[in-house]
Amino acid sequence: MKLSMDFAALGLYVASFIGYTANLYRDRRWMGRVATLLLILALVAHYYALLERSRVIHAIPYDDLYGSMSLFAWLVGVTYLGLETFHRQRAVGSLVVPFVIIWLAVAMSVAPAAASREPQANGALFALHITIGILAYAAFAISFLLSLIYLIQNRVLRHGKPGLAFWRFPALDVLERMSLSSVWVGLVALVIGTTLGFVWEHRLTHRFAMADPKVLVTLIVLVIYAVYLLIVRAPAWRGARAALLCVCNFAVVLFSYTIVNLYFTSFHRYF
Amino acid sequence: MATDSIPERNAAAARGRAAIALIGCNHRTAPVELRERVAFTPEQAVRAANELCKMGVIEEAVVVSTCNRSELYGVTSEASESAPSAMVSYFTDFHKLSPDELNGRLYRHAGPEAVRHLFRVASGIDSMLLGEAEILGQVREAYNRALENGSTGPVLNRLFQGALEVGKRVRAETEIGARPMSVALAGVKLAERVFGELKGHSALIVGAGAVAEQVVEHLRLRGIGELRVVNRSRARAEELARRVGGQAGEWSNFESLLDEPDIIVTSVSGSEHVLTRALLERAMAARSGRAIFVIDLGVPRNVDPDAEGLYNVYLFNIDHLGEIVEQNKKAREAELPRVETIVDEHVTKFLAWQSSLEAAGLLDAFRARLEAERRALLAAHFANADGISESERARFERLTEELIDRIVQLPSQRLRHARKLRRPLEGLAALRDFFGLDPSDREDES
Repeated sequence: MKLSMDFAALGLYVASFIGYTANLYRDRRWMGRVATLLLILALVAHYYALLERSRVIHAIPYDDLYGSMSLFAWLVGVTYLGLETFHRQRAVGSLVVPFVIIWLAVAMSVAPAAASREPQANGALFALHITIGILAYAAFAISFLLSLIYLIQNRVLRHGKPGLAFWRFPALDVLERMSLSSVWVGLVALVIGTTLGFVWEHRLTHRFAMADPKVLVTLIVLVIYAVYLLIVRAPAWRGARAALLCVCNFAVVLFSYTIVNLYFTSFHRYF
Repeated sequence: MATDSIPERNAAAARGRAAIALIGCNHRTAPVELRERVAFTPEQAVRAANELCKMGVIEEAVVVSTCNRSELYGVTSEASESAPSAMVSYFTDFHKLSPDELNGRLYRHAGPEAVRHLFRVASGIDSMLLGEAEILGQVREAYNRALENGSTGPVLNRLFQGALEVGKRVRAETEIGARPMSVALAGVKLAERVFGELKGHSALIVGAGAVAEQVVEHLRLRGIGELRVVNRSRARAEELARRVGGQAGEWSNFESLLDEPDIIVTSVSGSEHVLTRALLERAMAARSGRAIFVIDLGVPRNVDPDAEGLYNVYLFNIDHLGEIVEQNKKAREAELPRVETIVDEHVTKFLAWQSSLEAAGLLDAFRARLEAERRALLAAHFANADGISESERARFERLTEELIDRIVQLPSQRLRHARKLRRPLEGLAALRDFFGLDPSDREDES
C-alpha cells in the first residue's frame, strides 16, 4: 500500500517536534507558533493518509493494526491541539508530539503490503462508534502524559536540581487542569462511543453483548476515570496523588487496548 | 560607496576619521557612595551632552546613567588623546568632585574597546547581576533621550542601534537571562511553578525582614491577591502592611491565619520554629489539604524541616533557594562564551562599517585632490597655448575627467566589495598619509 502521505505527515510531525523543543528551550513565541502551524499541517497530511486508506477499504481504518494505530496517533494530535488552544500552553508539545511520531512510525512499520479487504462491520454509526472510542483512548493517553510530567516536575521541585525545562513547563496547577480537561474529553467520548456501539449492535442483532470482555473493561475504565474526576475535586487528593491515580488508570486503558483486544475479545480486535 | 548619495558621501567624508571615546565608572570600579554622586538625572544627561558638544570637546554625545554605572560616550573628528581627558575634566566638574576622588575609579576606552564595552553592557554581561534584562531598556532610554535632544550623529546612532541589536540577539539566542538570580525572585518563581499565575492567590508574611520585603515586592508585581502581614510587634506589622498595601494580622491569631494563604513567607528572628510540623498538620487539615508554599527566610530556620514531608506542603528555606540561585548563576556563566561570540561579531560589523565610512572619506579626498591637480594642470596648459580652440579645450576637459573616473573606479569597486565582507579595512591611515590627503599635508604644501 502507498504510504506517501504518511511519510509527509511523519516529516511534518518531526518538524513540529523540533519547533516545540526549540520553543521550550528558547522561549520564543514565533517558534511556538511555527511549531503549532507545522502540527496543523501534519494533522492535515495525516488526515489525508487516513482518508486514502478509508477509500481503499470503504470504511474507517480500524480493522488492522496499522489503521487503528494511525487513527489513534491522529486523534492524539487533534486532542492535543485542542488542549493547546484551550489552555494556551505549548511547552508540553515537545513531549506529546514525539508520542504521536513513535505511534505513527510503528503503525507504518506494520502497514500491510497489499490493500486490505473491506471489513465486515461498516456504516456511519459504526464509524462514529470507532472514531469516538479511539478519541477517548487518545485523550486518556494525553492525560497520562500530562500526569507523568506533573509527577516529574513535582519531584524536581521538591528534591532535584531544576534545569531549564523545569522553568519552561507549565506550573503544576496548569498541568493538573490540562490533565483534567483531557480526562473529561476522554470520559465523555467513551460514554458516547460506548453508547453508539450498543445502539449499533442492537440495530444489527437486537441484543447487547454485555458479556464481551472489552465491554466489561470499558466499563471499568469509565468507573476509574469517574473516580478520578470525583477525588480530584477534594483538596487532600489534588496534586501528586491525583496525578499518580491518572497514571495508574492509563495502565487499565493500555490493558484494554492491547491484552483485551488481542486475547479476550472477538470483535474489538484493534480498537 | 558608489551607491551612496552625494550628501551622504559628504557627511561620510566629513566623519571619515571619527573616533569613539568613552569614560565612566561602574559597580566594579566605584563603591555605591561614589556612584550615587556621579549619577545623572535624565535632565542632567541632556544638559551634559549639550554642553560637551557646545564646548567642542566632542561632536556627538550620549550619557548612560543607571544605578550601577555612569558613562559618557562621545565622538571626536580625529583620534585624539585630549578628548577623553577633556571628558574626564567635564565629568569631574559636573559632579563637583575633586580629581583625587575619582582617581583609579574611572575607566577610559577608545575605538574598538569602547564599542565592545557598550555591546557588553547592552547584552547584560557587564551588569552586577549577570544577564539582567533591565539594562537594555536603560541603554535604549539613554539613546532615545540623546536622539531627541539632537546630540547624536551618524556614528553614535549606528553604535547604539548596534548595541540594542546585540542586546536583543543575546536574549533571543542565549539563556543568559533565563533563570532567576536572587533568593527572593527564586522563591516567587518556584511558587509560580506550583500555582501558575499568582493573581487571585493570597500570601501571609510572617516577620519583616529585608529579603521578605523583596519577596513581597515580587509578589505584588505579579498581582498577588490578598496580602496579610503578621509580626510579634503589631506596630511593625502595621507599618509593613501599610508599605506593601496589605493587612496586618494579630500574632495571637497566628494559627488561624494559616488556614487561608497559598504562600507563606517567614522571616522572624529567634531560635524556635515559628511553624512546627504539628502546626502545619493542623493547618493543612483546616484547609482540607489545599497546597501551601512556604518560603522560610529565617536564620535560624523559622519552619520545622520535618514539615517538608507533609503532603501538598512545598517548603523552601534560604539554603534551598541559595542553591537554586547558585545553579542558575553557573548556568548563566556557562552562556558567557556564546554571548561574547555575538558581541565579537557585532564589534567586527561595526568596525567594518566605520572603516568603510573612513574609506569613503579617503576616496572622496583622493578624488578631490586629483580634480584639483587636473584643473591646475589644464589651467597652466591652456594659459601657454594661445591657438587652442574651444572644442579642443572641451576635449581635454572630458579626457582628463574620464581619466580620473577610471582611476577612482577600481578602489570604489573594491570598497563596495569590502563592505560586503563585513571586515574592517586596514592601512587606511597609511594610504591617507601616502597620498597626502590630510588637511595638514595640504597646508604644508601650500
